[in-house]
Amino acid sequence: MIELLILIPACAGILAFFVASDRARRGLLISAALAQTVLSLGTWIVWPAPALGGWLAEDALGRLIETLTSVLFLAVSFYAVAYLREEGSQAHSDIEEGFIFSNAREASFAGCLLLFLAAMTLVTVSQQIALLWVAVEATTLASAPLIYFHRQHRSLEATWKYLIICSVGIALALLGVFFLAVAATNPDGSTIPLTVQALRLNAHHLNVPWYKAAFVLLLVGYGTKMGLAPFHTWLPDAHSEAPSVASALLSGALLNCAFLGILRAQEICVAGGLADFSDRLLLGFGLLSMAVAAVFISGQTDYKRMLAYSSVEHMGILAVGVGLGGAAAFGAMLHVINHSLTKAMLFLVAGNLLAVYRTKNTDGVAGALSVLPASGVLWLVGLFAITGSPPFGPFLSEFTILKAALDQGQTLIAIAYLAILAVILAAMAAPALAMAQGTPTEHVAMARPRSMALSVVPAMLGITVLVMGIYLPPGLSRALREAARLLR
Amino acid sequence: MSQPINSLLVLLVLSGFVLLSSSRLAACIRVVAFQGVLLGLLAIFMQDGQLNISGVLLPITTTVVKGFLLPSLLFRAMREAETVREVEPLISYNLSIISGAVVLALALWLGDRLQLPSQLPSSLLVPAALFTSLVGMIVIVSRRKALTQVLGYLALENGVYAFGTAVALRLPVLVELGILLDVFVGVFVMGIAIFHISREFDHIDTDKLVALTDRP
Amino acid sequence: MIAVSLIPTVVAAALAPLMQGMITRTKSVIAGRTGQPLTQPYRDLWKLLHKGAVYSQTTSWIFQLGPMVGLASVFLALTLLPFGGFPALSAFSGDFVVLAYLMALARFFTVVAALDTGSSFEGMGASREVTFSAFAEPALFLSVAALVRQTGELSLSPALAAVSPSTWRHAAPMLGLALAALMIVFLAENARIPVDDPTTHLELTMIHEVMVLDHSGPDFAMIQYGAALKMWLFASIIIAVAAPWHSGNRWVDTAVGLMGMLALGIATGLVESTMARLRLLRVPQLLLVAIVLSALALAL
Repeated sequence: MIELLILIPACAGILAFFVASDRARRGLLISAALAQTVLSLGTWIVWPAPALGGWLAEDALGRLIETLTSVLFLAVSFYAVAYLREEGSQAHSDIEEGFIFSNAREASFAGCLLLFLAAMTLVTVSQQIALLWVAVEATTLASAPLIYFHRQHRSLEATWKYLIICSVGIALALLGVFFLAVAATNPDGSTIPLTVQALRLNAHHLNVPWYKAAFVLLLVGYGTKMGLAPFHTWLPDAHSEAPSVASALLSGALLNCAFLGILRAQEICVAGGLADFSDRLLLGFGLLSMAVAAVFISGQTDYKRMLAYSSVEHMGILAVGVGLGGAAAFGAMLHVINHSLTKAMLFLVAGNLLAVYRTKNTDGVAGALSVLPASGVLWLVGLFAITGSPPFGPFLSEFTILKAALDQGQTLIAIAYLAILAVILAAMAAPALAMAQGTPTEHVAMARPRSMALSVVPAMLGITVLVMGIYLPPGLSRALREAARLLR
Repeated sequence: MSQPINSLLVLLVLSGFVLLSSSRLAACIRVVAFQGVLLGLLAIFMQDGQLNISGVLLPITTTVVKGFLLPSLLFRAMREAETVREVEPLISYNLSIISGAVVLALALWLGDRLQLPSQLPSSLLVPAALFTSLVGMIVIVSRRKALTQVLGYLALENGVYAFGTAVALRLPVLVELGILLDVFVGVFVMGIAIFHISREFDHIDTDKLVALTDRP
Repeated sequence: MIAVSLIPTVVAAALAPLMQGMITRTKSVIAGRTGQPLTQPYRDLWKLLHKGAVYSQTTSWIFQLGPMVGLASVFLALTLLPFGGFPALSAFSGDFVVLAYLMALARFFTVVAALDTGSSFEGMGASREVTFSAFAEPALFLSVAALVRQTGELSLSPALAAVSPSTWRHAAPMLGLALAALMIVFLAENARIPVDDPTTHLELTMIHEVMVLDHSGPDFAMIQYGAALKMWLFASIIIAVAAPWHSGNRWVDTAVGLMGMLALGIATGLVESTMARLRLLRVPQLLLVAIVLSALALAL
């Protein structure tokens, strides 16, 4: 059954390239997403059997991220269908510079979306470290064409930076995988198989210096993909130039999959008693990411870039949470869900704002509450949610991490964490309020109404985030605890 | 069997220097192709005479992909980009060679420090692999054209792959093929991107791609 | 026996101009001409010795001293080199350092004599020569050091004698790299293509020839002869590494060495005929490559 999780989107993706009719293709996209979600939810009822000799298997961590990815993809695919219908196939004039550009073929967009889903699913179910690497590299290659949907020079520049920086990072991660293989060689010449399970069981037999070097390389490599500072330089460009559908998936799903790569290495560290070493590195990079994000969010005038830097910040929070361990790891797992849902909602709403206001500048957007009531409300609410305001989900997870830091006696870290979150709240609240309130300009106020799905989908995500802030289902809580136990 | 291995490794190191000092794009592409062929040969020689079908198939595939398929993709990208066929580095060639020498010293020192669990047929294996990767990174950082950045990425991958061969990793065949496929598709996608860049910008100088910045 | 150790020096003194003739003849044959006879360099030296020297009024005694010191240093350096099966006239620990310094002394006096004329052409040639030698000398030092380290002998004679076919079998990459570096240094120090064109008549393109533009008569003869000896010196080191033949009979070894020198002459002629001269900006890169090759040989 696990193979189906990968094969369904993969086959649908390849098929989408050849389907000529737009309606049929969009139907294919939605049905593949539905099938994937049903299968994922099915794995919560009955554990799927491992496949490929144990290489593909679902553990608590993988299942969590896989389901999140599928659900998010389903929501985004509904939005994508409405978005593609609105975009149409004619040429567009560029928002900032006014030249005419066209979009990529819808077939390649839909096909790459599905292949992207297949690659991400492969990341979540891979138990073999080298196969995980192959899958992460595949996600880079599948998502690059998505960024270049609007065929103009800025998105091309963003795509190139994304391709090169992520490929170089992942090549370093491959060196890390090889170092890990050396660490897994016993003195007598036999090797420990490179599956997460086997490595965790034999963690004490790993060659320590080689394993430490491997962890550093894996952290650097997958951290580049994840958006940890100082390797995050591709992130603002890629996430802001991509169409909102792609940005939502990149921020909401891909970053988690890259994080999964680091988490697998962390699992083995914890099992082998090297948790001190890895925790310190994770904390360092996490706090650095948060600080860098805070610096670049202050005074940011492009609201999509602002959201992208916010993703960097939240990846930093995840790293800090896992680095602290214990209850903070539970908080980090909860935060994975909260951040993904909130950020995806925000990017989709940003897409709506962009389509109507035709500017990416925060100063150019005003009166969103009156022009686009649903999107305006969601924008305001979403920005408050992502900066950690109660009663939304992210508040709960960020607070859990903070509390765990204080409980562990890491007051300095807790103070730095809180200070940076405060700075970001202040920096994001001002543009949020300015964009939502005020009076819109003439041409915007008379914008034609757009499809319902474009507002309904983000609304549903927003409601979920609100619910997550108030009530955590016990089943979910149990699953999060199980995932966190691997990282303790 | 350390003599052929030593010679191959010396050729690998020399190819790294040629990559750093070449001013013609076509020569750089051929050097990276040559590195791919060397890697295939190295993999065969590392098996120490115990040749079987599966042991030979993978190195041959590596040689074909890295030595012939990828360079043909890159030559096509170079032709379609219609760019000046010169490398145009950001630092002078002399400085590139000197940085290569510094990096070689670094790689030799690192190779000394890393105590491998088993004895290697040649003491130059790990330093040569690390050197090739570091040369790849120097090329990515110090060259202007997008095509040379792809070449640097390939050199980096070659170095990592050489390290894998050096420590005689017996990764499963599926994984090795997956890695090769990834690199191939990666270069394919990058080649398409270069073509789009040349069409869009009339050049492929990445240091002129500065439209997306943060103005604080 | 002193007489036996004199043989390398005597052979060098007698046959050095022949090597120059060999190179010129090879180039002519490849170009399709018959070319000069092989003994032409001897006739040139004889002719020059019978001419009178002209000294410019702007020069001083250094100008007349230069060629003499140059020839004397190269000759002294030659006494440190073995050839074939015969050991050198004098051999002691660290004599390869003395060799390099004697070459540097000769170069210094040539440069100073060139600067003494006050002509801008000579000054230009002097600056080029000094720059390129600054790159070539480390390469020479490092390659010889690699050889010394490989054979474990601190003196040139025993070191070169210790290189044998079995050394090639063990350490082929190292010897190959050192040999490549030495070849590049050979081409650079002896003003051969691709570093310098010895047949050019345009002063702005000259490096070595322009420094000796104002010398005439016996002075020029000394300079030509010194250049021939210098070429023989480098060539004999290269042949000792490239064609190590220890059959037990010294005369056979010497014969093999002579054939090797002949082959090197032909090879240099081939290189000169098939390659174009490098742009002056690229010469330091070539020499840097030689340094890197020799450093790598030392590290192996």
